[in-house]
Amino acid sequence: MDSQAPVIEARELTKTFGTFTAVDRVNFSVYPGEVFGFLGPNGAGKTTTMKMIQCVSPKSGGKITVFGLEAGIYQREIKRYLGVVPQETNLDLEFTCYENLLIYSRYFGIPHEDAVPRVDALLKFVQLEEKRDVLIDKLSGGMKRRLVLARALINNPSLLILDEPTIGLDPQARHLIWEKLKILQARGNTIVLTTHYLEEAERLCNRLVIMDSGKILVEGSPSALVSKYVTSDIVETENSPEVIGCLDEIGAMYEVFGDMVQVFTENPREVAKKLFDSCNPGRVFARRGSLEDVFLKLTGRALKD
Amino acid sequence: MAGSEIVPNITVSAWKVWRRNWDVFFKTYKVNFIPPLVEPVLYLLAIGFGLGMFVGEIDGIPYVKYIAPALLAISIMNSAFFECTYSSYVRMYYQKTFDAMIATPLALDEVIAGELLWGATRSLIYSTVMLGVLIAFGVVDLPSSLLILPFSFLAGLLFASIGMCFTAITPGIDALNYPSFLFITPMFLFSGTFFPLDVLPEALQIFARGFLPLTQVVTVTRSLTLSTLSPYFFYSLIWIGIVTVIFFFLSVFLMKRRLIV
Repeated sequence: MDSQAPVIEARELTKTFGTFTAVDRVNFSVYPGEVFGFLGPNGAGKTTTMKMIQCVSPKSGGKITVFGLEAGIYQREIKRYLGVVPQETNLDLEFTCYENLLIYSRYFGIPHEDAVPRVDALLKFVQLEEKRDVLIDKLSGGMKRRLVLARALINNPSLLILDEPTIGLDPQARHLIWEKLKILQARGNTIVLTTHYLEEAERLCNRLVIMDSGKILVEGSPSALVSKYVTSDIVETENSPEVIGCLDEIGAMYEVFGDMVQVFTENPREVAKKLFDSCNPGRVFARRGSLEDVFLKLTGRALKD
Repeated sequence: MAGSEIVPNITVSAWKVWRRNWDVFFKTYKVNFIPPLVEPVLYLLAIGFGLGMFVGEIDGIPYVKYIAPALLAISIMNSAFFECTYSSYVRMYYQKTFDAMIATPLALDEVIAGELLWGATRSLIYSTVMLGVLIAFGVVDLPSSLLILPFSFLAGLLFASIGMCFTAITPGIDALNYPSFLFITPMFLFSGTFFPLDVLPEALQIFARGFLPLTQVVTVTRSLTLSTLSPYFFYSLIWIGIVTVIFFFLSVFLMKRRLIV
């Protein structure tokens, strides 16, 4: 992918609000056709970064280009090829699903006769044909989110920006959104998303960055990050002096969280066997290392807000 | 296409924003048409005919004909001012409609311009309906009163722009009560609406002529409904033109300062 020109390129990108630095000299590049994720705790600077990409918030320093155009100058040109799913669902409450999409198509200057079939196709794509003439008030949270996704696709965007696309949704609704995003990626769309849900990032993203306090901590594919920052497997067991003694004895890498101990290992069988054989561990549970472990390791377990 | 701090970035796309509000208005037209139909009837009956019994005539004009143009002017003021304060604030802050719009090729300048044009249009719609009622009561002169229709759009744009400035600086929706009660309500009473400015102390008269927008609007509408030009007619018209331009651009500037961070 590196041979292609990046869709988004940020160099030393900075955003300050007064004395507060929300985004602190970040560098990243997003290439055509990839799903690129921004992860991080609340207040990490993800949404601020999205807003700079979207050309609705001016940068304070550094450089950002979208489609090779400078974001602060060519706002109208860039926004023509963007689809945006904002964090807050901001549909027009007075209108039906159909009307919402049709009115949005006008903002892009799409002629009415082209917009009508497009709106119907998009309603079908997000499985809302039956709700075509229903007011927004009568939709469930998941339906509203799907409609916002359809609205973001009205202009056939080359780049889709999703800020917490599945926030507050039940598992069914979330899976349906994921399925649609996979289809969009298969069609060649470039997608940038922010999320709190690490499972979501792990499933969807080709590459991602983890941000904290305005800085990018790491960048890579989900699997590369897991193998780099945590081990392939994690053994969890109860915290007791006996268990800790055993783990120290075999020189295991572990962390204590309250009444639980997490052991990082490439060899879970051996660790579990040792624990069972000689440490009286209570319950023992082995699982694959995940992005969540990377996330917690890098951003810490303290509450962020 | 460079976005500038001072020079507004406004194209014909502003009408797309206007069109969205127009569509909403006609979706809920049944409730929207009640105020301009009912209000003038109530005021004409209670104040014009009721109170008018005791007042008789002002400057040789029957009281009901004296207040008819004031009712039009007040309606022009209220419809645009309240549209671009409370309603615009709801769209901006609660419904995030502006955010949805600026995620498209629309610039924020165009969103605000569209809101202002819509506020002015609302004045035009309301004064059209109200003028029909006043004609039915036979309290306005024809055909000169028909000139109020184009004028109501200009005057509406004035109050829309002033209202939008308050929306741009208000800390919250409740604080919009301050301009409503401290600016709009006194103007409603002291702009030569229900009694002539002459009866006020001279300092207040000068203040009303020099600074109150509604005074200028009443001067114009009264000249048209009575088909008698006031000596202040052209002064008021020019005053409205200049102040509208100033507040139009000021409101766009203040809104950008509020929303583009």
